[in-house]
Amino acid sequence: MIELIKVNKHFGSNHVLKDIDLQVPTGQKLVIIGPSGSGKSTLIRCMNMLEKPSSGRVIIDGVELTAHKAPVAQVRQSVAMVFQQFNLYPHKTVLENLTLAPVVVQGVAKEAAEESGRAFLERVGLSDKADAYPAQLSGGQQQRVAIARALNMHPKVLLFDEPTSALDPEMIQEVLDVIIGLAAEGITMVVVTHEMGFAREAADRVIFIDEGLILEDGTPQHFFEDAQHERTKLFLSKILR
Amino acid sequence: MGSSFTQWVENLGLMFSEAKWSSLFQHFDLVWKGLGYTIVAALAGLVLALVLGIVFGVLSASRNRVAQAVARIYVEFFQNTPLMLQVVFLGFGLPIIWPQFNVVPVLMVGIIGVGIYHGAYISEAVRAGIQSISKGQLEASLSQGMSYVQAMRYVVIPQALTVVLPPLTNQAVNLIKNTSVLLYIGAAELMYVSKSIQATYYNPGPVYLVAMGLYFCLCFPLAFLARKLEERAEASAGSGQA
Repeated sequence: MIELIKVNKHFGSNHVLKDIDLQVPTGQKLVIIGPSGSGKSTLIRCMNMLEKPSSGRVIIDGVELTAHKAPVAQVRQSVAMVFQQFNLYPHKTVLENLTLAPVVVQGVAKEAAEESGRAFLERVGLSDKADAYPAQLSGGQQQRVAIARALNMHPKVLLFDEPTSALDPEMIQEVLDVIIGLAAEGITMVVVTHEMGFAREAADRVIFIDEGLILEDGTPQHFFEDAQHERTKLFLSKILR
Repeated sequence: MGSSFTQWVENLGLMFSEAKWSSLFQHFDLVWKGLGYTIVAALAGLVLALVLGIVFGVLSASRNRVAQAVARIYVEFFQNTPLMLQVVFLGFGLPIIWPQFNVVPVLMVGIIGVGIYHGAYISEAVRAGIQSISKGQLEASLSQGMSYVQAMRYVVIPQALTVVLPPLTNQAVNLIKNTSVLLYIGAAELMYVSKSIQATYYNPGPVYLVAMGLYFCLCFPLAFLARKLEERAEASAGSGQA
């Protein structure tokens, strides 16, 4: 369970998140939608403390990350993140990308990490790329490797920060298919995305955020057919065309 | 015009006369010994400079303001004062203030001097190297539960190394040449030995020409390596993804 209590974030004079209260129960697939600059990326980055909230509390499975001397690094081991720019380690092979953190952070034996790593590579359809370097892969392939890297930590929560926004259009679906496949499992997922089709298909819950406030919070059906705010309707009318 | 040219050749002949060469060759064992001291000073100085450079480079690339300030002061002080003054201070000033420092052998004093001086330059190269690695690399590492030190060790520094290696090699070249200032504190390295041989036998021509040749032999392979590394770094930067 992810809990955000009265979370505020300021960047200088810019008030990016305003008193955000949000609870994501275990196993939920939450999609966060919002125009650019709305604070949605900042919001998801607060969930693993890559952004420190200016005030408020972030609690993951009962552990308060915003507390003094909180075991942030330890909690991050079970809260994996997939980034817009993939952020694979370019000096490591695909398989090494998957095994580095499990081995050095979690103390998993190298052979075991490689075995599970190969299984996750197969799952994202890239078992033949284990020995390739990231620069040799397409964007879509790199993002699928990044997902496998996240999975190889055996996380309880998966955070996706605009996972398809940096991809060429023809590669978006291959990545979404992998994420949709994962959504069928019990893992908690939070996805920031502009992919409305994905939100409809995979989300249990959609929140719409604008100017640092959560304006809509409900099922995908509620969001697409019964939005309350004018701001949301305007956004949908633009994005759904 | 013609006569001044003849004069010039004649002077050159005097400067490099057979007698002057032979007085050098008779004491060439001193030259070898001096070269040995130079190599020892350069190697030890480089090790010290690397350690200081990595430590202060990581500090100045960190987000900690105090660490940044400490690194800044170190770099600015040693980059903006002459090496010769620093070494002379270590050799003659410090032992007055702190007499215990007198027991430190003069070669060691020189090693400390060039090590600290070049550590400041290497620190800047290391900082630039770390900062050339995208923030996403650190974030990805931290998001996987790595500590800052683990992220540096396994992810950021190995990548920064390709960026840092060419300027690092250039610093090694400069460091070798700069060991010549140890002359001023009386460490018997190549420059000191050359100076004392020519002062005794009045043969500066052959002595300094040979010294120059020896320094060149030490430095040129490194400079060549630096250029190759630079070409390779550029090539790999070109093939990398956006």
